[in-house]
Amino acid sequence: MLTLTINGQTNTVDVEDDTPLLWVLRDTVNLTGTKFGCGIAACGACTVHIDGEPIRSCSFPVSDAVGTNITTIEGLGEAKLTAVQEAWIAEQVPQCGYCQSGMIMAASALLRQNPDPSDTEIDEAMTNICRCGSYPRIRKAIHRAAKFKAEA
Amino acid sequence: MKLTRRKFLIAGGLVGGGLAIGYGFSDDTPENASLSATTDAGEYALNAWLKIDTEGNITVAIPQAEMGQGVYTSLSMLVAEELEVDFASVKAEPAPVDPVYANATALMDTLPFSDGHHKGEATVGAWGMRKVSNMLGIQATGGSTSVRNAWEPMQKAGAMARVMLIKAAAERWNVAPGECRAEKGVITHSGTGKSATYGELVEQASKQEVSSDIPLKSENQRTLIGTSQQRLDIPSKVDGTAEFGVDVVLPNMAYAAVKLCPVFGGTVSTWDEAAVKNMPGFIKAVRFETGVAVIADSFWRAKKAVETLPVTFDEGENADLSTDKIFALYEESLKGDDGRSYTDEGDAASEIKASDTVLTARYKAPFLAHACMEPMNCTAQVGDNNVEVWLPNQAPTLASWFAEKTADVPAENVKVNTTFLGGGFGRRIEVDLVVMSVTIAKALKGRPVKLIWTRENDIQHDMYRPAALADFKATLDTSGQTTSWLNRLASPSVTRSFTKRMLPWADSDMPDNTTSEGAADIPYGIPNMLMEHVPTPTPVPIGYWRSVGHSYNAFFTEGFMDELAAAAQKDPLEFRLSHLQGHDDFIGVLTKLLKVSDWGSPLPKGRGRGVALHESFGSIVGQVVEVTVGEDKELSVDKVTCVIDCGTVVNPDTVKAQMESGIIFGLSAALYGEVTIDNGRVVQSNFPDYDMVRLANCPQIDVHLAPSGRPLGGVGEPGTPPIAPAVVNAIFNATNKRERELPLSKLGYKA
Repeated sequence: MLTLTINGQTNTVDVEDDTPLLWVLRDTVNLTGTKFGCGIAACGACTVHIDGEPIRSCSFPVSDAVGTNITTIEGLGEAKLTAVQEAWIAEQVPQCGYCQSGMIMAASALLRQNPDPSDTEIDEAMTNICRCGSYPRIRKAIHRAAKFKAEA
Repeated sequence: MKLTRRKFLIAGGLVGGGLAIGYGFSDDTPENASLSATTDAGEYALNAWLKIDTEGNITVAIPQAEMGQGVYTSLSMLVAEELEVDFASVKAEPAPVDPVYANATALMDTLPFSDGHHKGEATVGAWGMRKVSNMLGIQATGGSTSVRNAWEPMQKAGAMARVMLIKAAAERWNVAPGECRAEKGVITHSGTGKSATYGELVEQASKQEVSSDIPLKSENQRTLIGTSQQRLDIPSKVDGTAEFGVDVVLPNMAYAAVKLCPVFGGTVSTWDEAAVKNMPGFIKAVRFETGVAVIADSFWRAKKAVETLPVTFDEGENADLSTDKIFALYEESLKGDDGRSYTDEGDAASEIKASDTVLTARYKAPFLAHACMEPMNCTAQVGDNNVEVWLPNQAPTLASWFAEKTADVPAENVKVNTTFLGGGFGRRIEVDLVVMSVTIAKALKGRPVKLIWTRENDIQHDMYRPAALADFKATLDTSGQTTSWLNRLASPSVTRSFTKRMLPWADSDMPDNTTSEGAADIPYGIPNMLMEHVPTPTPVPIGYWRSVGHSYNAFFTEGFMDELAAAAQKDPLEFRLSHLQGHDDFIGVLTKLLKVSDWGSPLPKGRGRGVALHESFGSIVGQVVEVTVGEDKELSVDKVTCVIDCGTVVNPDTVKAQMESGIIFGLSAALYGEVTIDNGRVVQSNFPDYDMVRLANCPQIDVHLAPSGRPLGGVGEPGTPPIAPAVVNAIFNATNKRERELPLSKLGYKA
């Protein structure tokens, strides 16, 4: 039995230590907003935060998450949308939407560390794959979110 | 409007060389019956597309799959325009599976008698195809047809409901319907000023009989169609609540993972299920023809167990298949003079034979996987006499047929639930996951089983975009005009491969537009033109991949057109313009592109600009690409300027998004996309070796709309075909090096 803190709540889970955090979130805790894309940390669809840092949960053993604060897309905004999510709507970013939880988690972590990233800094931080090609709008939405946050 | 159909079956030659089709329907059901079955208390289905409740909430039933192309929004706009409601009050939900939602346009576009390109669709063949398609009743999303197919029925659905509401109000107030007006969800009587909301009137409205013969608004009366509206599905896609197929959670659900024979057509020969039955969470192992599955209490446990499960395969007759052998077959096909001609005007062969300055080129395109972001999946629950499936799919009718057949239950005991699709691109019109998940769930009757494929399963067991090989010959006159054009193409037939899987008894070697589309119907005025296709089947399963035949034919034809411009020593854009007499719409797109792309402005050394122009799915798209090429073939695609003429625009922002999407999809393929086969198996397995454009190497994209008044065209696919030729043409402009093969990474380019 492992004890995890997910979105501020304590969960006890009965899984093998080497189970990737992704599958514990999805199948054990039923938080399905975090997505499975590749299973090898290549695409970023499974991005969540561990103590505020973005990690790819498909390749992150659950045992390493014990004692940390795990944040998923469901817990990002604490009942209201964040500036990043608002910017995502304003720029009409998602198409199929499957990669967007991971994109939003990656962008949120970036903006926490760097409130006004340049295009190059965005390029370096945002390595997730979107098959629908929402990249140009993601870039605009990150700049817009930075502005929203600065104004708030 | 009440549709009546009788159950019947035909089989046999129909048109165009033996298309055999069977179809059947239930008797005498009103068209809104299946939607009515989904209503909540106080909610009424006024027709097959629209429900209104007594609070005035409006729900539009969307027959098409939402896979990112924005159909929830664009189709709801069609209804809302005529219904006269505030668009903010509209919700969308997936329609049930019912023949009333058949997609006639998709079938018409695929088959060779549609004449869908320059000659319009008013041909007997096209008319017949619409009839057959309506009877066949296949509800499907593909071929960039959603808005084209829904355009009239869904506006009409809104108009008929509006008239029903007006009639209800007139009845209530004892006034003439002509004195009542609908606006923003309220009916008002002009004489007395009395008013009632749609919610107050809906029960009475549901009892009104109306004719479908209601005139629709003309273009200048529309207030919603043509304006950018925020997408209805986006809020749920930023907070994690949107439900995709992989997210389906059902009581007592189990999870399945599979190991499949890596060789096309191979089968399981031995397995040892006892070896894994003590693994954590193990429930059951299932053996089927092409692989084995483990059912467990979580996906991860199922996956671990199936990876451990010892299996041997009989690799069958394709064990030594390779991409090299397939291309050798294609080369053999091109050598002969056999072929099916799709365009034959003048006498290109004689013209070329008589000329001593013939331009020749060979172009090559690889197999490609779809690689939807959401890995393939299907959840199935099999009962004693029923089956229910939940999956992201582009063809619920086909899913229901195959669930019925695999579970061996009566058709009326089959239920298909369509979730959001995490990408589709043609992959999710297939039913392999339905068959596999129902087969597995039969071994655990009564419990829902969620089958998820890994990314490796997905890349290695796709229905691939076919590889293709094309030869070109052409002649120019002294003024630089093209006098003859001969194009021979070798590839398998996508429609035949698909038909073999879906309706094996209908398989026949008949003409297939999806092989020649984008090559036989180029707009350029060339007096002698021959385009031939040599059907070259291979054991590789092939399918519809975003823009289908256009995806390689545009690369071939627009690459070669650029070669002719260079040979004629003409500006590539001006050269195309000089071959477009009589095509004002194509000229319009190119002329606008010339202006907005700043065509002709000087570029620094190492940079180049290329153009491509291509019509597909009823829309014309022109793109200008700017690239930078370094000494060591470092390639940066800097900027794409795109102009589209798709006729009437429903949601302009969606058209722009689909152009961005199609461009990036095609660019990933042009730069990196290649599936190779060795020893009968796919070599690539996941994103590192089947790579994608990411944010860092995504070009700046500017999209401009140029509606010319031509008929409504599609937008989901037409952005994809021009990008590959525009990129290689830009590389030529920058380096003087002509590339005739994709992907560019294989040729040493580092993008």
